[in-house]
Amino acid sequence: MSKAAGIAVLLAGFLLATRLCFGTPAASSQTPNIFKPESTPADWIFHLSLFVLAITGLIFLLVFSLIVYAIVKYRKRDGGEHSEPPQVYGSNQVELAWTVIPVLIVLILFLATARVIHSVQDAPQPPQSVQVTAIGHQFWWEFRYPTLGIVTANELHVPVSDPSHPTPTFLTLLSADTDHSFWVPSLAGKTDLIPNHPNKMWIDPRETGVYLGQCAQYCGVEHAKMLLRVYVDSQEQFEQWAKEQEAEASSDSSAEAGRRVFESTGCINCHAVRGTVADGRFGPDLTHLMSRDTIAAGIAPNTPEYLRKWIQDPDSIKEGSLMPAMKLNDDDLDALIAYLGTLR
Amino acid sequence: MASDSIAINPADVATRSVSERLHDWVVTVDHKKLGIMYIVYALIFLVIGGIEATVMRIQLMRPHNDFVSPQVFNRMFTMHGTTMIFFVVIPVMFGFANYLVPLMIGARDMAFPRLNAFSFWLTAFGGLLLYFSFVGGSGLYGAGNAPDMGWWAYAPLTARAFSPGHSADYWTLALLVSGFGSVGTAINIIATVICMRCPGMTLSRMPLFAWLNLVMAFMVILAICPLTAAQVMLCVDRYLGGHFFDTQAGGSAVLWMHFFWIFGHPEVYVLVIPAFAFLSEIIPVFSRKPIFGYPVMVAATVCIGFVSLSVWAHHMFTVGMNSYANSFFAITTFAVGVPTGIKIFNWLGTMWGGRIQFKVPMLFCIGFLFQFLIAGLTGIMLGTAPFNWQLSGSYFVVAHFHYVIVGGILFALFGAFYYWYPKITGRMFNETLGKLHFWLFVIGFHLTFDLMHIPGLLGMPRRIYTYEPGRGWDTLNFLVTIGAFVQGVAILVFVANLIISCFQGAQAGNDPWDAWTLEWSTSSPPPAYNFAQIPVVESRRPLWDIKHPEDPDWKYE
Repeated sequence: MSKAAGIAVLLAGFLLATRLCFGTPAASSQTPNIFKPESTPADWIFHLSLFVLAITGLIFLLVFSLIVYAIVKYRKRDGGEHSEPPQVYGSNQVELAWTVIPVLIVLILFLATARVIHSVQDAPQPPQSVQVTAIGHQFWWEFRYPTLGIVTANELHVPVSDPSHPTPTFLTLLSADTDHSFWVPSLAGKTDLIPNHPNKMWIDPRETGVYLGQCAQYCGVEHAKMLLRVYVDSQEQFEQWAKEQEAEASSDSSAEAGRRVFESTGCINCHAVRGTVADGRFGPDLTHLMSRDTIAAGIAPNTPEYLRKWIQDPDSIKEGSLMPAMKLNDDDLDALIAYLGTLR
Repeated sequence: MASDSIAINPADVATRSVSERLHDWVVTVDHKKLGIMYIVYALIFLVIGGIEATVMRIQLMRPHNDFVSPQVFNRMFTMHGTTMIFFVVIPVMFGFANYLVPLMIGARDMAFPRLNAFSFWLTAFGGLLLYFSFVGGSGLYGAGNAPDMGWWAYAPLTARAFSPGHSADYWTLALLVSGFGSVGTAINIIATVICMRCPGMTLSRMPLFAWLNLVMAFMVILAICPLTAAQVMLCVDRYLGGHFFDTQAGGSAVLWMHFFWIFGHPEVYVLVIPAFAFLSEIIPVFSRKPIFGYPVMVAATVCIGFVSLSVWAHHMFTVGMNSYANSFFAITTFAVGVPTGIKIFNWLGTMWGGRIQFKVPMLFCIGFLFQFLIAGLTGIMLGTAPFNWQLSGSYFVVAHFHYVIVGGILFALFGAFYYWYPKITGRMFNETLGKLHFWLFVIGFHLTFDLMHIPGLLGMPRRIYTYEPGRGWDTLNFLVTIGAFVQGVAILVFVANLIISCFQGAQAGNDPWDAWTLEWSTSSPPPAYNFAQIPVVESRRPLWDIKHPEDPDWKYE
């Protein structure tokens, strides 16, 4: 009876964990899960983790049963007498055994671990890989494609990688302010973005789709709302997307009033729109704002309503973000939203 | 041996006024009074840290909750971590070491009683300084606020650009001041154990409790010094124009991480080795057998002490070290599991063939064995560097180290509280309330921390004040919060038991557990001078020798 409740809770928790990690219905394929790898680094980690889980699981079962056996078998029985049990001080053979066996287990674990560390960290970069520089900001992501001349934010587009013609994406990780961490559980383990300390990581997603993640290193007030979306496109989609992103901002004369508002109320101090005077780098590049599904680092959908809210009162969406409340009058705001709507 | 004739005369105490008795406590250099003050001080901060945890759990109960603002939430987790590590677990461990080490080695006090009092008051004022930030954190120009950079205070969040005002300075100074206190106490423990043992107590006859606290004290000195150095460097950065950690001026954020974790990981063992010490005293007494493999237990502890100094960067697998460094810290991390495993096996060996009595202290120790086993195994998962790239910084890590600190250290501490309560107060605690506390706490603990692993596997990072619905985290977080409330109720039962039993408990007598170490040979509570005559010992279990003259231990050692 001893610890029965504890054991029951443990078992229930274990079953629940299994159900949640391996039995999630297909409808929520977007749910991040380290046990559903969709890219080589995540896959290698997944297989190593199964190996480690098997070893630790066996150790758990063995030691757990020994402890339960000891407390049941050697418990003081009712009506007990006052005599003491035989006094045993130790046993060199037994102690040697439970020292040597763990040492062997440690060696096995180490070899398996070192192999995966080397494979992931020292992987060569093939010439056809896509290069991206990811820069962490309080509290959003900047993505620059140096070879393609693209700058975007919060939504990373990468091509799907066919194992026969791999096109992996190699990321250089930088930070503009505090520490951040790039974590999309289905694609790879996390790597930190640290100022003055460039890091590297790579992914090669095998299936198209949207993969969710978020900043995993505490970076300040709105660390919780620094979400991350990775769009894995087919080769054709990616090339199409890249072509659109390379272009300068469309100059739609119908939104001329909104453009004047944008260029005269301080927006350009932080935001860039290529092909115009706006060249700020403190906030996200807005050249192709309308090509993104979300605003404010994935926290709100990119609709005119949310854009209005975001411009007038960012704290109502993301308290403590560095975007100032613009407090525009209605006419200016309407014009500005119309202008932003032309940034496709 | 001492007898009842040396007990304090109650009439004598009653004639003194409250202020006189308070004065006695403030100016005392008695190791027992200082020990009690450390313990009470830690219990007060335990309640404060627990309230901070509860605020966080209410906020995370459902997605997009707005119980507190992000700023308040960030202060809560910073203060919760700092409080629990520096102002709960360290002081309570020092409290028990202070109270018990001189009694166990047959000494009349610590080696340096005045240093002892000085160290306590430094630690005490350190805690007050930290909490004063709530009032003075913003300096003169506004309302105060507590630090909000996390208890690791990673650079550059501590730079003036990101932490204006004085909240980071209160954090720095609090840790500096209490760090000096910790080093003072550590030196004192070392000197006491080395120099103050009674006749006949060789190092190989010393109770494991004293041995383990000796190792802990050495580790405190090795761990606190780099932290203190780093805090001074941070002060230089913030006020004298230094650039050690100021990344905007070319400083290194990674340097701070190394300094912090060179302190931070040995610190884990500073906290857990005294917990091992409790188990090594309690399990033998309630199994009615001597500790299994005493020399191996000592060797394993010293081994943990050394190996744990070389594992710090397993907290930094994601910061971009090269593959050789990652491999090195992976193997040292696995290696530290070997001596730790030996300890679990030796406690098992102690229970094996014994006659186990399920008194409340033993229940908590058995809880420790199960939970520390799981904590160790999740530790192996986290030590596997590639697996760590997924798990690090997620709720899996939060669950893992709470398994160590709550499921391990706090359970051992509760066991210690119940085991030595009769010695410290002279009265027995209420056994029924003790068992209620145990079962409530077991249920609450497992509800909270078993389930907390899973959101981590599903991508939930730690230190987020809110989260998006629909990621499979909602139900789990709700249940985790329920578990936290159950634990809160259990703590209330515990505190009530401590207070009520102090007045209404049955008289304990000198030796309620039929135990074997020297503290049980004197009265409960012990007189100021501990022993009327300094005892002479001939084995590891001096009281066993007296109770069983026909079969004394010294024949076999």
